[in-house]
Amino acid sequence: MKSSIIDRLAILADAAKYDASCASSGTAKRNSKDSGGKGIGSTEGMGICHAYAPDGRCISLLKVLLTNHCIFDCHYCINRASSNVVRARFTPQEVADLTLSFYRRNYIEGLFLSSGIVKSSNHTMEQLVEVARILREEHDFRGYIHLKTIPDADAELVHQAGLYADRVSINVELPTDAGLARLAPDKNTGRIEGAMGEVKEHIAQNRDETKRFRHAPRFAPAGQSTQMIVGADAASDADIVGKANRLYDGFGLRRVYYSAFSPIPDASAVLPLKRPPLMREHRLYQSDWLMRFYDYSAAEVMQATGADGMLPLDIDPKLAWALKFRDRFPVNVNRAGREALLRVPGLGVRAVNQLIAARRQRTLRLEDVGKLTVSIAKVRPFIVTADWRPTLLTDRADLKSLVAPPAEEQLELFAA
Amino acid sequence: MSMLPQADKDSHYAVNVPAPDDFTFWRDAARVLVQCRVPPDQIAWGEPGSTGDLFAAGDQPLPLPPANAPMVRASKPFIQAAEAAICHSDPARFALLYRLLWRLQGNRNLLDDRTDNDVRRLDELARSVRRDKHKMRAFVRFRAMEDADGQERYVAWFEPEHHILRSNAAFFVNRFSNMRWSILTPRGSLHWDGEVLGEGPPAERGDAPDGDPAEDLWRRYYASIFNPARLKIGAMLKEMPRKYWKNMPESALIPELVAGAQAREAAMVEAGALEFEERPATLPAIDRAIHGCRKCPIGELDNQAVMGEGPPNATLMIVGEQPGDQEDRQGRPFVGPAGQVFDAHMQRAGIDRGTVYVTNAVKHFKFVDRGKRRLHQTPTAKEIDICRWWIESERHIVQPRLILAMGASAARGMLGKTVSVSKARGVPHVLEDGAELWITAHPSYLLRLDGPAREEQERMFQADLQAVAERLAEMTG
Repeated sequence: MKSSIIDRLAILADAAKYDASCASSGTAKRNSKDSGGKGIGSTEGMGICHAYAPDGRCISLLKVLLTNHCIFDCHYCINRASSNVVRARFTPQEVADLTLSFYRRNYIEGLFLSSGIVKSSNHTMEQLVEVARILREEHDFRGYIHLKTIPDADAELVHQAGLYADRVSINVELPTDAGLARLAPDKNTGRIEGAMGEVKEHIAQNRDETKRFRHAPRFAPAGQSTQMIVGADAASDADIVGKANRLYDGFGLRRVYYSAFSPIPDASAVLPLKRPPLMREHRLYQSDWLMRFYDYSAAEVMQATGADGMLPLDIDPKLAWALKFRDRFPVNVNRAGREALLRVPGLGVRAVNQLIAARRQRTLRLEDVGKLTVSIAKVRPFIVTADWRPTLLTDRADLKSLVAPPAEEQLELFAA
Repeated sequence: MSMLPQADKDSHYAVNVPAPDDFTFWRDAARVLVQCRVPPDQIAWGEPGSTGDLFAAGDQPLPLPPANAPMVRASKPFIQAAEAAICHSDPARFALLYRLLWRLQGNRNLLDDRTDNDVRRLDELARSVRRDKHKMRAFVRFRAMEDADGQERYVAWFEPEHHILRSNAAFFVNRFSNMRWSILTPRGSLHWDGEVLGEGPPAERGDAPDGDPAEDLWRRYYASIFNPARLKIGAMLKEMPRKYWKNMPESALIPELVAGAQAREAAMVEAGALEFEERPATLPAIDRAIHGCRKCPIGELDNQAVMGEGPPNATLMIVGEQPGDQEDRQGRPFVGPAGQVFDAHMQRAGIDRGTVYVTNAVKHFKFVDRGKRRLHQTPTAKEIDICRWWIESERHIVQPRLILAMGASAARGMLGKTVSVSKARGVPHVLEDGAELWITAHPSYLLRLDGPAREEQERMFQADLQAVAERLAEMTG
């Protein structure tokens, strides 16, 4: 007998919690009033986090699996064929109803739907597309939809998915081919990247069409993303950053998510049974920001890693880079260009923009910079102002201890 | 020719803004006042409900500007920030905005200077209003009820910090245009009937329904999507401050989710460990397996696993804490300084080490690297518990009838819980399989003492070994 919706929701949401992606932003703006008031939902460009879980992650979408039955046997995955977890499945109609029910109460921005693979890749992909079709066509749902595409599904099905969804994604899973071969024996880098390449083609083609035909349906307006699991194999941070960079360049990805490997119930014997390396995940996200917003190249981020290819855990990658390239500092905040200011540890994009605007009004003093930054102590050794010049501070051996906060014990709440 | 009054130099004006978020009224009044050159300190701004009229006598009508008054200049960034900031609940906002507008006449780029205190304050007000608006969009929770005509209406209760209700209405109209809904707040209410937006008076919490059938589903979803292995309470509180919790159905779950997280994670790890592998069938197989063990962080250090040694059918098993520096280098248990102390006492007690299976509760050497030296570190309870798998596997094969655990870590390795050595020593503890467990201090503890204290502990250690030797003699007859 089928168990109740609520019990299946518990199983299929629990199974989806290892997926790091939560974004509901960056898609086309639309709302239900414009559609004549018949439909429901809107997207504003900027996503809304409707709640936060005690793991610090935001909840903006109903993130569930259509089913956690799976014919694949990926070691890191709780849903792998050989796992003993309780299995459940939703019908497409049930997922659509749940989404609408939550959306009407303003719990969510939309749906993030993934699935274990049942029967075949195509069969599974058809079911995912059906959920989106019900929402979009039968209910004129204008909220956000993220569909995870299934490896090896037909290009035509992926194309349909992209026409309904704001974003599509396929997980590369492991940063190295060797890791994937060992931990996800049924998956294959070539096929995963092939699928990404197809989506990239669809997006490019669609951009072309929408230029020529104003009403051409948009294909995945929020682009495609992927996820890599961190800490399940031996890949170094440098390997991971390099891989992410190739994915950004090669497939025009909007985001690469990192998911610290979590100990999972009924874990496979080849995996480490350790707490997730959350600080490592955090450093990788910081390095991702450096590339996306601070104009660092992947090679420069890799320069911030140690001899073992790992980013330091006690300081952020921007500071690590600055400590290695002290000859680039100090930077004169009254004269330096934007790129140089963006390299100063402790100065964010916002602070840099404000400094540049303010210095057209007046010559900046240390106190002025202090008003625009969170911690002047961290910034001070790296800048020159009208009234401040660090005296060889960047040559001091103990600079790191002067600017870096004392190392925080990660996950102190778990300490025995 | 104008017959209307113009501001004279000493006139004070009290301007009462009719609604707390009425930007248009403020803008029109401020424009006139600037054109009449009324300096900021001669105006008292008020709003409904505000008390203490600064210029009680100053309620004269606004002056009219001279016909040749110059255009009032306000930059676009100022207008945008002012429209947001006017919704703030700070009573000083009107005066701040006027002061900035006044100063903008002399410096049209004033807003670029974020080091200016007025500019920063404007920025703060505008940002906190935008944040409040955003949080309202995020944290409003509708509950379904029935209107008099039998149709569904969705009603929410929300407590905004600032006067954002009106300026936030369009968002909800655009998003939920095919629903009937109401948002009730202590500052006023909004009602949408599918076509027209109406405004209503302030409401009370009791005016809104207190539950919804979808909330059980939502709470179950909230609890399930949370990963207990990644507790980060600070990050949650930063984005979802407690002040919003009371009106969100899911937030009541947070305390138990947090409290249960550690247990859930431990259960996940333990459940994983149980299914982890089959017990090796022989001592050499255990030896091989512990060399590859990475179940806890000690296994990741630069060390080697140290296997127990002795006859595979020994009656007596002696369990130490963990290998030390010497043991790690040589790959054998009890060969360092503590091992020598141990050997000497064993000899005196008349126990032949060659007949005893000697092993450790933890298989790898835990240390911190201090240049040339590797400083021993005590394993955590969890690390000992993880390593129990191996010591149990050894026991499974050797099947000793008598076990001597030396030190608190070894005792935990055998019992699965922490006991006090001083209280537990000297008496037998019967284990589940009938084997007898004796507990004593670890010989390395003796090494750390000197003088009378050392003599005392040596004596007690020797007495414990003596008792074990006698019990062993009884058992082997």
